[in-house]
Amino acid sequence: MIISVASGKGGTGKTTIATSLALYLGNVQFLDCDVEEPNAHILLKPQINERISVGIPVPEVDKSKCTYCGKCAEVCEFNAIVVIKKKVLFFPELCHGCGGCAYICPEKAIKEVEREIGVIEKGNSGTIDFIHGILNVGEPMAPPLIRQVKKYILNSKSAVIDASPGTSCPVVEAVKGSDFCLLVTEPTPFGLNDLKLAVEMLRKLAVPCGVVINCADIGDEEVKRYCESEDIPILMTIPWDRRIAEAYSRGIPLIEALPEYQNSFSQLYEKIRGEFK
Amino acid sequence: MKQLTIISGKGGTGKTTITAAFATLSVSHVIADCDVDAADLHLILNPTVEKREEFYGGRTAIIDKDKCQQCDECIRVCRFDAIEDYTVDPISCEGCGVCVHACPDGAVTMERHMSGHWFISHTRSGYMTHAKLGIAEENSGKLVTLVRQHAKLIAERESKQYIIIDGPPGIGCPVIAAIAGVDLLLAVTEPTLSGIHDLERVVGVARHFNVPVLVCINKYDINHDNSFAIEEYCKKNELEVVGKILYNPEVTKAMVKKQSVIEYPCGEVTKEITKIWKRVEHRLSNA
Repeated sequence: MIISVASGKGGTGKTTIATSLALYLGNVQFLDCDVEEPNAHILLKPQINERISVGIPVPEVDKSKCTYCGKCAEVCEFNAIVVIKKKVLFFPELCHGCGGCAYICPEKAIKEVEREIGVIEKGNSGTIDFIHGILNVGEPMAPPLIRQVKKYILNSKSAVIDASPGTSCPVVEAVKGSDFCLLVTEPTPFGLNDLKLAVEMLRKLAVPCGVVINCADIGDEEVKRYCESEDIPILMTIPWDRRIAEAYSRGIPLIEALPEYQNSFSQLYEKIRGEFK
Repeated sequence: MKQLTIISGKGGTGKTTITAAFATLSVSHVIADCDVDAADLHLILNPTVEKREEFYGGRTAIIDKDKCQQCDECIRVCRFDAIEDYTVDPISCEGCGVCVHACPDGAVTMERHMSGHWFISHTRSGYMTHAKLGIAEENSGKLVTLVRQHAKLIAERESKQYIIIDGPPGIGCPVIAAIAGVDLLLAVTEPTLSGIHDLERVVGVARHFNVPVLVCINKYDINHDNSFAIEEYCKKNELEVVGKILYNPEVTKAMVKKQSVIEYPCGEVTKEITKIWKRVEHRLSNA
């Protein structure tokens, strides 16, 4: 089973929930797919034993074969390659690695080479298989790296995926194909607004979801009301607790700082399994 | 006219709360909400939409079943696994169009599709440009650029001094689009190990694009040691810390009341953010 953890709004406690769920389950894979700002390693403190460079294929033009016909520039939907007189200009940050230019070139003058956009680190945190992607600073495109991180998912184990905030392409890439998505929110107008967006996204992706309300005693009752009216199960509520905030600030997982939550995560997992059936 | 973007790296550190407060404090500005896939600023500023426009981001491939001979060439060339059973999954389609060129039967075409809306609005704190990216849509960077362009046009037309931009979390394309070419960044961080880690990465992006950064620490009393570590990091990297905001549950109450923390006074928080705005404005006007 693949369980992803997303939220819409940032800072609601995705990583807190995802890491403690993985620690409770023990024998699982943990994939941090928030490759722009990966944080799960701060809590899980994995021993990293493998580092893999991830690139996307980008064009390299063989000048001796190029006739400057401009077909590569015509085919590129992203304006990443431009031909001006006897010059081919390439803008690597704009290239999506689709291979269109190499495919179309009538002279076979374009060879594709890997350009690094980030790295994947693999390791272990106790019995948890830990994998995360780290996007290189200055790189705009997270989805190709997220795709590569997810290629490490095994059929033989359950997986917990930590997604980035928001509802656009990096989140879609992280949560699609999950069996279930936990949406962590807080009962505030911002939390509710972004929860609604995340629910719409998951419906479009046909991924079933349930809600965790964090800091449940701040704000108002609107998140609860929304979940009831939309028939979305509330699987867990966590009150605002300075001890939780402090433990997180020091990189200590919730379930380790407050072992009484062991039971809550056990119930959470049973509820997810119930929803999934 | 000077442009300021509020960023954070990590989500949920208080970008929008601070942007809304600046909107109340500043007297000559246009606000741009560039968190286009999870926009929240409108919940505080309650904009009256004056202009609503459709946003066409990229294009998506469509296969004409009548023309398709099921030769599988499109499936072979697609690097995004977007074609299954001779149908394109619009969510996976990158819009590269390689399948169009590969199809020997001319069965694939590219279609522009609407991927969101952008707005010009009026609020009690002046003009605001904002947007709503469609669900599971791409091209948020392009939409951010559009929101900024219109904020700039209004600021020029109305002779406003500043454009105050609420940025998205992360360091990827919408963040780059929100900070490219601005005069100053304010990075809002929190004293958690994650907050520090993410601050360092977003400062890296700012340096990459050559934009000066000021830092403010939100909820600094959650962990004094970490707050101290942030100040040390900033000192070492020549980043000015312009403010330290206490944790205060009143801030959430202001949000529920749909008011900025200046309009709904939150004690020390209100005072500190007012001080931060003064420092930011000073730097901005000299940028």
